[in-house]
Amino acid sequence: MAIWLTKDSRVIVQGMTGSEGMKHTKRMLAAGTNIVGGVNPRKAGTSVDIDGTNVPVFGTVADAMAQTGADVTVIFVPPAFTKGAVIEAIDAGIPLAVVITEGMPVHDTASFWAHAVATGNRTRIIGPNCPGIASPGASNAGIIPADIAGSGRIGLVSKSGTLTYQMMYELRDIGFSTCVGIGGDPIIGTTHIDALAAFQDDPETEAIVMIGEIGGDAEERAAEFIKANVTKPVVGYIAGFTAPPGKTMGHAGAIISGSSGTAEAKKVALEAAGVKVGKTPSETARLMREVMGR
Amino acid sequence: MDLFEYQGRDVFERHGLPVLAGGVAETPEQARALAERLGRVVVKAQVKVGGRGKAGGVKLAATPDEALEKASQILGMDIKGHTVHRVMLAETADIAEEYYFSYLLDRANRTFLCIASVAGGMDIEQVAAETPEQVAKIAIDAVQGVDLAKAREIVAAAKFPADVADQVAQIAVKLWQTFVAEDATLVEVNPLAKVADGRVLCLDAKVTLDANADFRHPDHAALEDKSAVDPLEQAAKAKDLNYVKLDGEVGIIGNGAGLVMSTLDVVAYAGSEYGGVKPANFLDIGGGASAEVMANGLEIVLSDPSVKSVFVNVFGGITACDAVANGIINAFALLESRGEAVTKPLVVRLDGNNAEAGRAILDGANNPLVERVDTMDGAAKRAAELAAAGK
Repeated sequence: MAIWLTKDSRVIVQGMTGSEGMKHTKRMLAAGTNIVGGVNPRKAGTSVDIDGTNVPVFGTVADAMAQTGADVTVIFVPPAFTKGAVIEAIDAGIPLAVVITEGMPVHDTASFWAHAVATGNRTRIIGPNCPGIASPGASNAGIIPADIAGSGRIGLVSKSGTLTYQMMYELRDIGFSTCVGIGGDPIIGTTHIDALAAFQDDPETEAIVMIGEIGGDAEERAAEFIKANVTKPVVGYIAGFTAPPGKTMGHAGAIISGSSGTAEAKKVALEAAGVKVGKTPSETARLMREVMGR
Repeated sequence: MDLFEYQGRDVFERHGLPVLAGGVAETPEQARALAERLGRVVVKAQVKVGGRGKAGGVKLAATPDEALEKASQILGMDIKGHTVHRVMLAETADIAEEYYFSYLLDRANRTFLCIASVAGGMDIEQVAAETPEQVAKIAIDAVQGVDLAKAREIVAAAKFPADVADQVAQIAVKLWQTFVAEDATLVEVNPLAKVADGRVLCLDAKVTLDANADFRHPDHAALEDKSAVDPLEQAAKAKDLNYVKLDGEVGIIGNGAGLVMSTLDVVAYAGSEYGGVKPANFLDIGGGASAEVMANGLEIVLSDPSVKSVFVNVFGGITACDAVANGIINAFALLESRGEAVTKPLVVRLDGNNAEAGRAILDGANNPLVERVDTMDGAAKRAAELAAAGK
């Protein structure tokens, strides 16, 4: 088992026929993902040969679901069209939507989120501005490189893509149940807390590594959640101790506003919840080894 | 992007919000000319930092000559590290009551929030801490927004007096429309004031715009304060590089925002053992890291005179490290051909996809300025050591 994405997941790609969509659809297929279709209203009814796999293109998410039984969509459309693409996925009732797109206006994210809530939260949304979700050895929905680490018993949740890869690499000999990149935007669908709750309930996850960064208070809230609900060991890492206030550090959400959103405050909150927090990625990996007796 | 008050005032006026007549001046003479048109004015320093009143950056002027005098006192002032390059002149108002009103992004609840209070004119965080009952916080649904009914709900929750309730409700609706139409993440009016004749006016305007929405607001580019942007940051932006200038000596180039933030931290820790050298910048070159992007990045980082060494920290995820290594080697050649040959040492750490091949390419190039260290911690330490030696 893994969380949210398994070998049985049937995955479609919105924006598959674009250059990013095509590049990553190839990679997902190579990783063993069961890609059952693409969505592009202008190319409905055609199909695309991707390294020997014939992938049909549907006009809408609803069509693709009806004809293939798809239960996951990965969204690669440009920022101006992402809100529409996510709302279409929500309206079709697909269980999981992974929004890779970087650079979405936050008003657009807020409005697709409000729409998701108003329609009963039937779709789990991961992202935007995220690398996606990978359950090594089972399925890969997004852009996380499939060959960094194999399957194992660590669950990983992270705001950052490259730090996800770095941590997977450091702990590749132990392996991962599922790695979830939740994204670095100010408003995101799936949070650290959602992933922590799912890992807590996943019998194949033994320990959890949680990666955060400056901005907002998601890590502080996650710390409270851990204290109250998580019995599995959690190891944490926070990036941005030396970031100056008022400057956006790459990710739209990575900004210290006044005195809020600092790395120090997040570290203190996590440690108060019993989470061992590493000073560097390598120290964090060492702490995870200690926790797991590896 | 945070706007200056005068830009916020213009935005408010354009969206039909009640503001006082005003304008901006960069010289005392311009201030006098404006005052001739406006009459009795308040002269306000335009800096993107709070507390300018206390710092002496807000003064009344009864005549045009006095406006010139006050403007010349304020222009050039330093307020919390911000030099005043402009003053805003606005009509004066006879304030009877001061309120507070804002819409902002509520990250935690993944929606927007209205904060309103009848105790305005001062720091709202202080009001919220001392008299929380005077601050109303109302969640706003991003799809439903603020119509007149929602506005009346806000007015009631914040207990605005009956005589201003209608005006405040109208302003609440228009301010919401402004917030949405401009893709703002904050619109704040402090004070929202009742003046002697009973009108309610926006006497200050704090606006933050979402840079991710620039593609649908071509007019927003003109609002950027080019004079305040660090010249290196400006040059980096022109090359589509995600660069933030910091004040240390170790130039940083990495891929991915999180990894680069982490690199800054690791270098700062290492630097504390070498006389306190620190990272000189944040630079995320993204996933690709082609020779051209690498050359552009190196060019920007090395044009910072305080940089004494550079740490290139790449984890090959999708990008293969051999491509990155070739990018680094080719960047040296490219920079030499531009007449900007590299003279400072580079410490390179490559890990992940095809790391062995990438390292072999670096070793084969045998460039005395390029040193390969295979762990992030070790490379950070070496880069700090080299920076300390070059100081």
